Amino acid sequence: MASLDRVKVLVLGDSGVGKSSLVHLVCQNQVLGNPSWTVGCSVDVRVHDYKEGTPEEKTYYIELWDVGGSVGSASSVKSTRAVFYNSVNGIILVHDLTNKKSSQNLYRWSMEALNKDSSPTGVIVSNGDYDREQFAENPIPLLIIGTKYDQIPENKRSDVLTRTAFLSEDFNAEEINLDSTNPRYFAAGSSNAVKLSRFFDKVIEKRYFTRDPSQLTGFTDRKRFNFKSLHYD
Amino acid sequence: FFMRQLFKDYEVRQYVVQVVFSITFAFSCTMFELIIFEILGALSSTSRYFHWKLNLYVILLVLIFVVPFYIGYFVVSNIRLLQRQRLLFSCVVWFTFMYFFWKLGDPFPILSPKHGILSIEQLISRVGVIGVTLMALLSGFGAVNCPYTYMSYFLRNVTDSDILALERRLLQTMDMIVSKKKRIAMTRRQMYQRGEDQNKQTGFWGMIKSVTSAPSGSENLSLIQQEVVALEELSRQLFLETVDLQATKERIEYSKTFQGKYFNFLGYFFSIYCVWKIFMVKFWSQHISFILVGIIIVTSIRGLLITLTKFFYAISSSKSSNVIVLVLAQIMGMYFVSSVLLMRMSMPLEYRSIVTEVLGELQFNFYHRWFDVIFLVSALSSILFLYLAHKQAPEKHMTL
Repeated sequence: MASLDRVKVLVLGDSGVGKSSLVHLVCQNQVLGNPSWTVGCSVDVRVHDYKEGTPEEKTYYIELWDVGGSVGSASSVKSTRAVFYNSVNGIILVHDLTNKKSSQNLYRWSMEALNKDSSPTGVIVSNGDYDREQFAENPIPLLIIGTKYDQIPENKRSDVLTRTAFLSEDFNAEEINLDSTNPRYFAAGSSNAVKLSRFFDKVIEKRYFTRDPSQLTGFTDRKRFNFKSLHYD
Repeated sequence: FFMRQLFKDYEVRQYVVQVVFSITFAFSCTMFELIIFEILGALSSTSRYFHWKLNLYVILLVLIFVVPFYIGYFVVSNIRLLQRQRLLFSCVVWFTFMYFFWKLGDPFPILSPKHGILSIEQLISRVGVIGVTLMALLSGFGAVNCPYTYMSYFLRNVTDSDILALERRLLQTMDMIVSKKKRIAMTRRQMYQRGEDQNKQTGFWGMIKSVTSAPSGSENLSLIQQEVVALEELSRQLFLETVDLQATKERIEYSKTFQGKYFNFLGYFFSIYCVWKIFMVKFWSQHISFILVGIIIVTSIRGLLITLTKFFYAISSSKSSNVIVLVLAQIMGMYFVSSVLLMRMSMPLEYRSIVTEVLGELQFNFYHRWFDVIFLVSALSSILFLYLAHKQAPEKHMTL
């Protein structure tokens, strides 16, 4: 039963955006009744059929690691959180559509997760600022989910959607906007479910089917490789 | 300043809240400036008097009328049920607040028969009581906490291997949780698929099959689910312990740097002073004590702001940010008013005159005694609390 292959996906975002409700909805197909503040990390598992409907269909476990906390936490909390970022295959960034700050913080969240993943000594190589190039060639697939869609009044929805479109372009990622208390959004066959399914497929592909070692390393190694190629030229 | 410092992560929608907060802060600061002007004799005395009165009026107005009303309003609007009659309910809340506020004055010997009900003295006295209590609690705790935090004597020795061991345990627990959840998910999926197959079989045999196969599956499930809940609790505890250890390790590193040593020295100095203050009541030299009290007040205000921001981060959420700002403003206002009252205690005699004149007849001695009592109580209880916490921690680590 537990012999299926596994894939690890991080779910990151500010406190209170709805990560735990989202994970619960995705994994259990039910709405979370009593959301409470996540301490540390909570994991949930979804059984996913890769390439569903084709003869190459194979079932995988997708572990969704929902890490709690905020970007402004003390450095002791951050270094403890870094323990969870090892060997990550995909990242879901969650932000609150009613709260602009949470979308801005997504840059910092992704920096935190991606930098910690690639440097074994824990030294952060980049200067912490957002670097678009890094995201363009990022080997780890990203997905952006905006929550609390139902709480936005009708007239502001188009503004919000344009803003999130810019956001997903910056990250070179797909985006989904939904309400974590409504299971209708992930009903089978809806566009959101298709996007999610495609994201999971992409993650599985990157992990198991692209056997290119230079692609699986993070940012620092990429810089080293560039330097090497210059040297040989 | 306001937006940057306190609201790095969340927005504040309502401008009213911002305005209220800034007004409170601004007037509190002007109060302190006035005290300093007192001592330096900068402006002429009549203008000082006028400014004092004005300042006091505004602050009291804000503290007693405006802020509680808004707090009530926002708290009530957070409770979704009562949204329609928000104004009505917030008025009700405000009246109960005023009632308790009044009741607070009764057991204390501050009523004097000469004054009416809404006079300044009454209001100040009540605000003063609350503020003094708050100040005493905070400074008692701070007096004990400050040496505890900064003195390296108390810091337990934490090595990297301890932290690594804890992290490994945490990851192992997470792996166990994951594997159990996988079993649950797989079992559920199989039950679902079996359920679908069964729906195709109608009739007698289908019913019997469903009865026999379902119970074993669901029993298994509930057992595993209980285990998962227990494991999740364990993982949370491990996470918190790891954070604790990391924080201690960072504090050790910090104490080795130059800044750390400087604070360490200050910590020793303050600890001696605080101990002295706990056990003695009378000062033998007024000027020195005034300067020291000035320093303590500045650092305690700084400490208060820092603690409040940390506290704010810990409990903030986008719903309650308005309420928190208002509560902060309220606390800050009361703190400043009562620190003015208390500074009178340590100021040399010649400066007390104008303060006494402005504030009217209040029983100042009462405040001093009340402050000392509460200070003593809170200092002793926080010593006890920290001692217990300190004792518990090494035991926890010995079981690893």
